[in-house]
Amino acid sequence: MADPLLEIRDLKVTFRTDDGLVRAVDGVNATLNQGETLGIVGESGSGKSVTMMSVMRLITDPNAQFEGEVIYKGTDLMSLSQSQIRSIRGSGIGMIFQDPMTSLNPVYKVGWQIEEQIREHEKVSKQAARDRAIELLTSVGIPNARERVDAYPHQFSGGMRQRVMIAMAVSCNPDVLIADEPTTALDVTIQAQILSLIRKLKDDFGTAVVLITHDMGVVADMADRIAVMYAGRIIEQGTQRDLFYDPQHPYTWGLLGSIARLDRPRPRRLAAIPGSPPSLMRLPAGCAFSDRCAHSFDRCAERPELEDRLGNGHLDACHLSRQQKQDRRDRTIHPELVEERP
Amino acid sequence: MTDEAAELPVLEAGPEVAEGEVLLRADHLKKYFPIRSGILLQREIARVHAVDDVSFELRAGETLGLVGESGCGKSTLARCIARLYDITSGTLTFEGADISQYSRRQLRPVRRDLQMVFQDPYASLNPRKRVGTIIADPLRIHRAGSRDQIKKRVAELLDLVGLSAEHINRYPHEFSGGQRQRIGVARALALKPKLVIADEPVSALDVSIRAQVINLLDDLQDELGLTYIFIAHDLGVVRHVSDRIAVMYLGKIVEISPAEELYQRPVHPYTEALLSAVPVPDPDLSASRQRIVLEGDVPSPISPPSGCRFHPRCRYATEICTTDEPPLVLHGSAGHLAACHHPLSLDQPLTDAGAAERATAPTAD
Repeated sequence: MADPLLEIRDLKVTFRTDDGLVRAVDGVNATLNQGETLGIVGESGSGKSVTMMSVMRLITDPNAQFEGEVIYKGTDLMSLSQSQIRSIRGSGIGMIFQDPMTSLNPVYKVGWQIEEQIREHEKVSKQAARDRAIELLTSVGIPNARERVDAYPHQFSGGMRQRVMIAMAVSCNPDVLIADEPTTALDVTIQAQILSLIRKLKDDFGTAVVLITHDMGVVADMADRIAVMYAGRIIEQGTQRDLFYDPQHPYTWGLLGSIARLDRPRPRRLAAIPGSPPSLMRLPAGCAFSDRCAHSFDRCAERPELEDRLGNGHLDACHLSRQQKQDRRDRTIHPELVEERP
Repeated sequence: MTDEAAELPVLEAGPEVAEGEVLLRADHLKKYFPIRSGILLQREIARVHAVDDVSFELRAGETLGLVGESGCGKSTLARCIARLYDITSGTLTFEGADISQYSRRQLRPVRRDLQMVFQDPYASLNPRKRVGTIIADPLRIHRAGSRDQIKKRVAELLDLVGLSAEHINRYPHEFSGGQRQRIGVARALALKPKLVIADEPVSALDVSIRAQVINLLDDLQDELGLTYIFIAHDLGVVRHVSDRIAVMYLGKIVEISPAEELYQRPVHPYTEALLSAVPVPDPDLSASRQRIVLEGDVPSPISPPSGCRFHPRCRYATEICTTDEPPLVLHGSAGHLAACHHPLSLDQPLTDAGAAERATAPTAD
């Protein structure tokens, strides 16, 4: 297989605070291949956004410390100067964020904002940039793009603003599109529109996508491979099928069990995960999930590494034996279904 | 894949329509917000039709789910029912009394029985007050006992929602989002209300915490015999908690039905589209499912479309939909109402997409 497009090697991000060190990202390894979609799933504070923001070098907090490498087409992004990284942002790696209202500048017309981005990366005339902006707005499904190019962000609805953000992110044909909770602020029908737009862009241009989300439904729909993060680390990683049909980590089981699903008969109770995510300042010494895990045992005091325990490229960080996982999984995800079986 | 879903044992076919007495009844409820212009003479130039002619009944002990996209009026309806907003027209009957025009003073005893839980547990708790005070406030305002009795009740409530009495002297910022929502629930339950209106109570919470709070609300309903109006935009969550569900679009109820029935046999095209847009956490099913992607956005409630309000986005719309507003009428089994000129139903030939959609839907019978 060819070299991956983007490779994160042992990335660590710590923030110094008055109360001590916060390990937001603690040794993340991940790869993204040409044209694939990597889903990163986790709850708030799991480090999924910080990981990708660090990749883009968008964290400017002086209290942040970074370790590790991010290799994009043979270059370590972590070692680049600000001006070098700027030329990669946008033209090589595009990014869209959760809230399109705060990521667009409210006092400039949307067309101007897209043109500015194009002219920053490519030597083109004003008129050519404007034509390109109109073309982009049309391609992301904004009706009447020729007129709407002169509208301000507040004149667009949330879904339309997200389309503008996507137009901007793909304006210079990036190889990688990082989408950080792109549909969380949107209604389901609008979410369906935006997801199908991202899928179309991916198919048309072969863009690789990193999709950060907390919604297992969205990754089931979009991702080729999935990494699940908890407390700053990846705790399970594999293909989409691995994660949904053969999940190995009890936290992944918990995530799957706590969704109120439309495609199954409704259970009497949801299989909630007890407690709440740990403070990143006071992580348990061993497995960070052990204090919420129904299956923890003495070995969990020692930190499990993310390893290929099945021998098929499906990684997980849990000490339970393969057999134990097999036996306990269904009971955790749908306890009631299992009880009813003879 | 569909087979696998169908093979799963049916855990609960969905509770029957509650047989309790009618606790709350809304008749032609309307809430318009005026849009004014001018500096001295604030002329009314337009109106936002936030809730437009909504009628329904709520029986004691049941959970009515309200779903719809942002701007459909579900939160405004909730606030009208709690009388946090004045009602433009229509009547609202709670326990047999028409409370739609009650004054603040008249409402006070009603509010004991009718409480709300809000979406954002960060904004709905006063950060300067201790948890004990927050929960005791409704008890003090309604003079529900002596200081000692109130103190005892607060400890009871904390215990009821899964917190401990030692949390009494802490401030809201010391709690996580899920715990704060538990405090919000404890406050709503302080006066032993009959009806609790929960407006997106779990939307701001993480997935794993969301399930905890839903289970808590479920348990409390069983324990205390509560009636809920549960508002959420997450159709999975609404299905999980509700006995009946009302789907709103642009200020109107377009479909109202027993919960399971709505998911298995949607009658209104909007409901069908809404259900098909929900991502399913199962890759095979997700790939085989037909999705109906609605074009465009929800139109402005200032000047809603003529006829059926959904017609500009509806793939079944015909001439009549642009001119005549469809009434909310019975479709098939008991209690299933929808407002559509071209209702989807089992007896009618389905379009391909509709048929495929239905074929992949889990069957509970």
